[in-house]
Amino acid sequence: MKRKDNLKAWLYLLPAILFLGVFMVYPLVDVVIYSLEEGYNSASQTMSGVGIYNFQYVLRDPYFIQALKNTFILVAITVPVSTGLALLISLGLSSIKWVKDMYQTIYFLPYVTNTLAVGLVFMVLFDKTEYTDGLVNTFIKLFGGQAVDFIDGPYWAKMLVLCLYTVWIVLPFKILILTSALASVNKNYYNAARVDGTPPFRIFTRITLPMISPMLFYLIITGFIGAFKAYSDSVALFGTDLNAAGMNTIVGYVYDMIYGNSGGYPSYASAAALILFSIVITITVINLLVSRKLSIKGGDTVG
Amino acid sequence: MKVVLKNVTKVFPGRLKRDDKVVAVDNFDFEIPDGKLVALLGPSGCGKSTLLNLICGLEEPTSGRIFFDDTDITDLPPEARGVGMVFQNYALYPHMTVRKNILFPLGNFKGKDKLTKEQMEERVLEAARIVRIEELMERKPSQMSGGQQQRVAIARALVKLPGLLLLDEPLSNLDARLRLETREEIRRIQKRTGITTVFVTHDQEEAMSISDMIIVMKQGVFQQMGKPQEVYDDPVNLFVAKFLGTPAINVFDGRIENGKVYIGEEAVADAAGKPDGEVYVTIRPEGFVPDANGPLTCGFSAVEVMGRDISVIATHEKAEAPVIRAIVDADNKIDETSETVRFSIKPHKLFVFDKATELRII
Repeated sequence: MKRKDNLKAWLYLLPAILFLGVFMVYPLVDVVIYSLEEGYNSASQTMSGVGIYNFQYVLRDPYFIQALKNTFILVAITVPVSTGLALLISLGLSSIKWVKDMYQTIYFLPYVTNTLAVGLVFMVLFDKTEYTDGLVNTFIKLFGGQAVDFIDGPYWAKMLVLCLYTVWIVLPFKILILTSALASVNKNYYNAARVDGTPPFRIFTRITLPMISPMLFYLIITGFIGAFKAYSDSVALFGTDLNAAGMNTIVGYVYDMIYGNSGGYPSYASAAALILFSIVITITVINLLVSRKLSIKGGDTVG
Repeated sequence: MKVVLKNVTKVFPGRLKRDDKVVAVDNFDFEIPDGKLVALLGPSGCGKSTLLNLICGLEEPTSGRIFFDDTDITDLPPEARGVGMVFQNYALYPHMTVRKNILFPLGNFKGKDKLTKEQMEERVLEAARIVRIEELMERKPSQMSGGQQQRVAIARALVKLPGLLLLDEPLSNLDARLRLETREEIRRIQKRTGITTVFVTHDQEEAMSISDMIIVMKQGVFQQMGKPQEVYDDPVNLFVAKFLGTPAINVFDGRIENGKVYIGEEAVADAAGKPDGEVYVTIRPEGFVPDANGPLTCGFSAVEVMGRDISVIATHEKAEAPVIRAIVDADNKIDETSETVRFSIKPHKLFVFDKATELRII
């Protein structure tokens, strides 16, 4: 009986296992293999040896260093800014009752809009051509500033636009999660705190924040992972030749190594992908450890 | 601290149409004396909790004024009123231990009221001692029973030494045995601290058993206020008579004719000087005395023995309910083979109400 049940269970799992095995586990293993094959040629299917040369090459490649730097700046700026901003906006939204339902849809629009479409709009806002300075530059000049080429100009300007763009893209999802987290906090806690004369700021730090902390940590962790995997945002703003623009990301570097004009090097790409993988997993583990330490223990909400 | 309500009305706007407003509290005008335990009693949805929220400031009255002693606090926000409140589901902060929960209100004190760490610690311990939870101080709310959580909630409300303690349905989330225990506990805590306490309940037994005074309300309208026994013995209208007492009062269709109260063709009481007309005649279960020559003849159904007393289940064609219940002394011998049983009625256990207005006549 027991054996038969086990067999049945495996049978039920088979489609999922096959799917995951072919499309998730095999590529993972394959990436590790690729990354260790030195001098691999995809056309002739030959290689010169096995070793860690690919990693050494990637880590010395100035394009990769640039991509690594870009990605870290992007992560370090957009994750805290977007989460903090989302928290602020959702607090505002949930304080004004009737606005909430209406605006939840509107604030969600960037999330369902195509990345490239949003990128195009950002181009129009920030681009500076021979014919026009772009909307943002017009404003800057209005207040007596100097026009800046945000798309094809200095590094800090391009980075600023990229960060703004990323924050804009991820904001709606975070607002959605946080407004529902805020709404799920039982009103009675606030009433109890008010009757006890608690000032609003103390209510926020001592009651609201701990109550929504699981959702906050979820957003921070997924935010880190998402930002490390950034690529399409950069493409949308600066085009496909990201190395030339100096705005490449790690994922962009991986992509270029396989399909780009300078591509055809699956081994370098695999090595870069594995480096990214180890960075993400390290950060995620740290995040989880920190959140487990800070979040509520045994905090199942009452009533 | 004494609480005075002057013409307090609370109207909630209708949810669907603009004109279907809900009057939750209709022109309340009474005084809760200092140091008493007062029960706000009424069926579910009658506006009891709204009244409590008006007193603590979580709701604003549509009109009328509220005074604590002689101070008008109608326009003060809840944080400035200094009342202690225990919520129906306790609202203990789940991420804090019992100690931190009780400590929380003290952290809000500002200026000259600010306490030192030692003073706070002392107050927390004192509050915990009053409700007897000293050994649970490091637990989280989720690790405690309903009764324990209830006591923590009371301690948290008491710790700032409020002039007024409000409890919203304090016993509704507890099982039957804990409910009995906890209501005694509330009585004890109130007596010990002497804080004016108002608690909301829909359970008349609960209200009668522990409170100094009860306020009966129905659909937002004030009915009667007084000592429990007084209200029980002297209800002003049919609703109050029916709402108080278990088993419930027996209601008959009757009439007043020539200075006598009739149920069917049987004259059961005197009504000298009262005008003739259709009335409700109500008799408390303990108002029946088995009497072979008594005026009221009922169909006999059964006898339930309860030890000290026995409960006689009978029927009467004029009764509102299918059966009537009489509680009589166990010394009475009831002939269980008989098809009828006759009673005489204790005059002070019989109330007569006007059929149209439902107001008390006798």
